[in-house]
Amino acid sequence: MVVNCEHVWREVSNYLEGEVDPVLRVAMEEHFKGCKHCTAVLNGTRNVVQLYGDERLLEVPVGFSQRLQHRLAQQTAPSRWRGIRPIWMMAIAATTLVIGGLALGSATVFRQPELRSQLAQSPHGIPPDLIVYVSDDSRVFHAPGCKYLHKKDDEPPKQMSASAAMRQGYVPCVRCLRQYLTADTECPRPPGSVSRWAMKREDKLNQPGF
Amino acid sequence: MGSVPQKLNIQVKTPDASEIRERDLLRRVQGGETQLFYELIKPYERRIYTTAFAILRNEAEAEDAAQEAVLKAFTHIGQFRAEARFSTWLTQIAVNEALMRRRKAHTEIMEPIGEREEEDGTYTPRDFADWREIPSEVLEKKEIRQKLASALATLAEKYRQVFVLRDIQHLSIEDTAEALGISRAAVKTRLLRARLMLRDLLAPGLGGAWFNRLPFEKGTKPW
Repeated sequence: MVVNCEHVWREVSNYLEGEVDPVLRVAMEEHFKGCKHCTAVLNGTRNVVQLYGDERLLEVPVGFSQRLQHRLAQQTAPSRWRGIRPIWMMAIAATTLVIGGLALGSATVFRQPELRSQLAQSPHGIPPDLIVYVSDDSRVFHAPGCKYLHKKDDEPPKQMSASAAMRQGYVPCVRCLRQYLTADTECPRPPGSVSRWAMKREDKLNQPGF
Repeated sequence: MGSVPQKLNIQVKTPDASEIRERDLLRRVQGGETQLFYELIKPYERRIYTTAFAILRNEAEAEDAAQEAVLKAFTHIGQFRAEARFSTWLTQIAVNEALMRRRKAHTEIMEPIGEREEEDGTYTPRDFADWREIPSEVLEKKEIRQKLASALATLAEKYRQVFVLRDIQHLSIEDTAEALGISRAAVKTRLLRARLMLRDLLAPGLGGAWFNRLPFEKGTKPW
């Protein structure tokens, strides 16, 4: 096999790498013996590889390692787990968001807000046949003797049963019928109540002029 | 006659101590011992920096890119799989980071030589001066190192990248190809041209008139 200069130039790098087949290697070596130009190219290319392969050629700047460590420490200090297992981190964050969202939703959507006015609270346990009084200028019904019953000289209060009053849209007085709205009672209970406190108050209600 | 066990001539590459240590460190870092990360990348600090420098040709930018590449490697260490070498993976990150910065900054100082030349074209040496053996002591001189670095900087990026990874970082042809995302053949072609171009620049000899041709300017290249 005979090779020319151009062939040698194409293969000189592979020759230095030891990546030419034995036949070509022998042919190139024969060529180098008789070609000064190609020998110069070979030697020069070898020198390039040798010189640039020396670690002293490209040096890292002074303090490079320290600055790199410092930056790395800064980046990793706030969270040692940053960058590690991001899927787990995302899963934890997502779970927290879901739980938080459900809790917030149940608090704001599914739960009845606390009623501010006692008049707006639904009565419960009022005896349907309890005698109550209503007046025309109010939508509240009262137990007999309640001082908060609006009384007009020309229009005496109407008497009806509690069930009838509620059907007509009246609501219980928060004072005299409070026990049917909350557990707390400060107003007189209507007759028939089993409360001891109410029994005492009943005597008062039966007094003349009350 | 009893059967004679045949000797199988199978050569299995056994990992050396440094490879075993690297694997162990890698496993521990991926397992959460992140404080060991610097120890893991420490052997490749220089490679990361010089890779970035080969592309950016600026010390400050190269250092910044190298730091950023290390941080990205830390962030994505959990995604690294053992199909590739850790060093090659790191080099790829450094290459990508430097290229991204270069695209952003448009820091092309001058038209690099050989940028528009066809890769499959034959490169013809321009200078046949005999370049005798050079003692390695010449590299002790800072001026010589600067001249060599300047010559390297004049190469087109695609040649410089390959040359830096193969002849300065001593990556294998395969690892160079993988780090740059090019074929093995392309690595060999670019490497040949890079070496011959540098030889043309440096061949006239140390201490000769050829140093006066540096730094090179556009249009004054010998090829």
